Amino acid sequence: MKILTCPVNGPRNISEFIYGGEYHPQPDPKQSSDREWAEYVFFHANTRGRVIEWWCHSATSVWFLAERDTGTDQVVRTFVAGNWPKDLDQSEELT
Amino acid sequence: MPLSLLKYGFSDRFPAKFQFTPTKNLKKHYDVVIIGAGGHGAAIAFYLAKYHGITDIALLDRSYLGGGNTARNTAVIRSNYLTPEGVRFYRESVRLFHELSNELNYNVMLEERGQLTLACTDAAIRSFRWRAEMNQHLGVRSELVDRQMVRELVPSLRMAENGRYPVLGGLWHADGATARHDAVVWGYAREACARGVELHQLTEVQGIDIQNGVAKGVRTNRGDISCGCVVQAVAGMSSVVAEMAGIRLPIHSYPLQAMVTQPYKPMLDPLVSSPQLHVYVQQTSRGEFVIGGGSDPYPLYSTRSTLEMKETLSAAILELFPFLAQAKVLRQWAGITDMTPDYSPIMGLSPVENYYLDAGWGTWGFKATPICGKTMAQLVATGTVPDLIQPFELERFYRFEQVNEAGATAASH
Repeated sequence: MKILTCPVNGPRNISEFIYGGEYHPQPDPKQSSDREWAEYVFFHANTRGRVIEWWCHSATSVWFLAERDTGTDQVVRTFVAGNWPKDLDQSEELT
Repeated sequence: MPLSLLKYGFSDRFPAKFQFTPTKNLKKHYDVVIIGAGGHGAAIAFYLAKYHGITDIALLDRSYLGGGNTARNTAVIRSNYLTPEGVRFYRESVRLFHELSNELNYNVMLEERGQLTLACTDAAIRSFRWRAEMNQHLGVRSELVDRQMVRELVPSLRMAENGRYPVLGGLWHADGATARHDAVVWGYAREACARGVELHQLTEVQGIDIQNGVAKGVRTNRGDISCGCVVQAVAGMSSVVAEMAGIRLPIHSYPLQAMVTQPYKPMLDPLVSSPQLHVYVQQTSRGEFVIGGGSDPYPLYSTRSTLEMKETLSAAILELFPFLAQAKVLRQWAGITDMTPDYSPIMGLSPVENYYLDAGWGTWGFKATPICGKTMAQLVATGTVPDLIQPFELERFYRFEQVNEAGATAASH
């Protein structure tokens, strides 16, 4: 059984978590064109390698971010959105 | 008998026939480079060679012929989709499958056994009625059947009258079929190679040469080649390969796990699926039960398997066929599915000139192999997008015109 570490609840079984998609900043809905909005809604980097993504611990509704390698399924670290690691650029998604 | 067999085997008068041309060095230039030698890639090469007279083709694969999702799918052929665009497309594919063994002079072992999708809720019945009406309107054999008919079609099925998921009825799709998936890609590749197409296995594309928005060639681990155009048909790796060409796709790659039991006597004729239980099953002509389900709960580029998914699959299949509790699992595996937001493929032109996309095949790629080969070949040869695949172009996402087939999956994901 795979274990994922929730920043609030500690290590828990992965079946308690819901995957929430790649982290990518939302463009300003008032400023962006239809094309930019479509990019945001539908298109993904779908990177093979290290990505930042949203996860939710469903039992406690805690949303947090995880850095995970999508090639090996190894979770490097997890953190809540307000506590970005200093070595990660939060303005753009990792590609 | 064994001696005469040996004599026959070693005799010069009966030399072994090779199905595929031996690998040569890569040429400097090809008219068409196809990335991915799976069913789709081989089919595109075949239709280009046979019907469009284009034979200067390199069919590249980083591994071996048909070793990706062509080997990993569960060989379901059906056309009972929900949208007119989808139904027309898959209907044509089913038709091509019927003539495929003749077309290729290679037995793809097509068996038209029909497919039964089970309904456990009133909502499922309503959506099945919708699908049945849409299918019949477009000449596809689908009908809503009641409990009695389900019982007659699959006597061994547990109806679960008092269970959590009672079988209320089903969508009976008489056109549903199965075929030997390996034979499909081998047949296409053999016939393509016989017409001059070069199959290059263990040839990994590592970069795509683009000048002023036009694809000019590819870089591989066996050298660079220039080409007239590039077609990518790489299923689970679609985003990774497209990125080399600077193209972003609306795709997430999820593993999908399946398994096969030990062989039993023939006892299950149709293909059976339950969207409610996220499981589908069929008995192969060898007697094994092939069991597949929904995709994994989160994206991954690894074909590892997990005990959780195997437990989920087993629990679901026992709801339908309790006698399988005694069955032993012979093999289990996973394939990477390239899921699109609307569960329809992404085919046709790309933002890069002379670079064609054949991607987003999620869990519905095998059944589309022939029609995909035919239409993509037409596109490459003539430069115009065939009507049949026009609705599946990448641009549809920018126009918010999705072709929603999420309701027509065999085991909703």
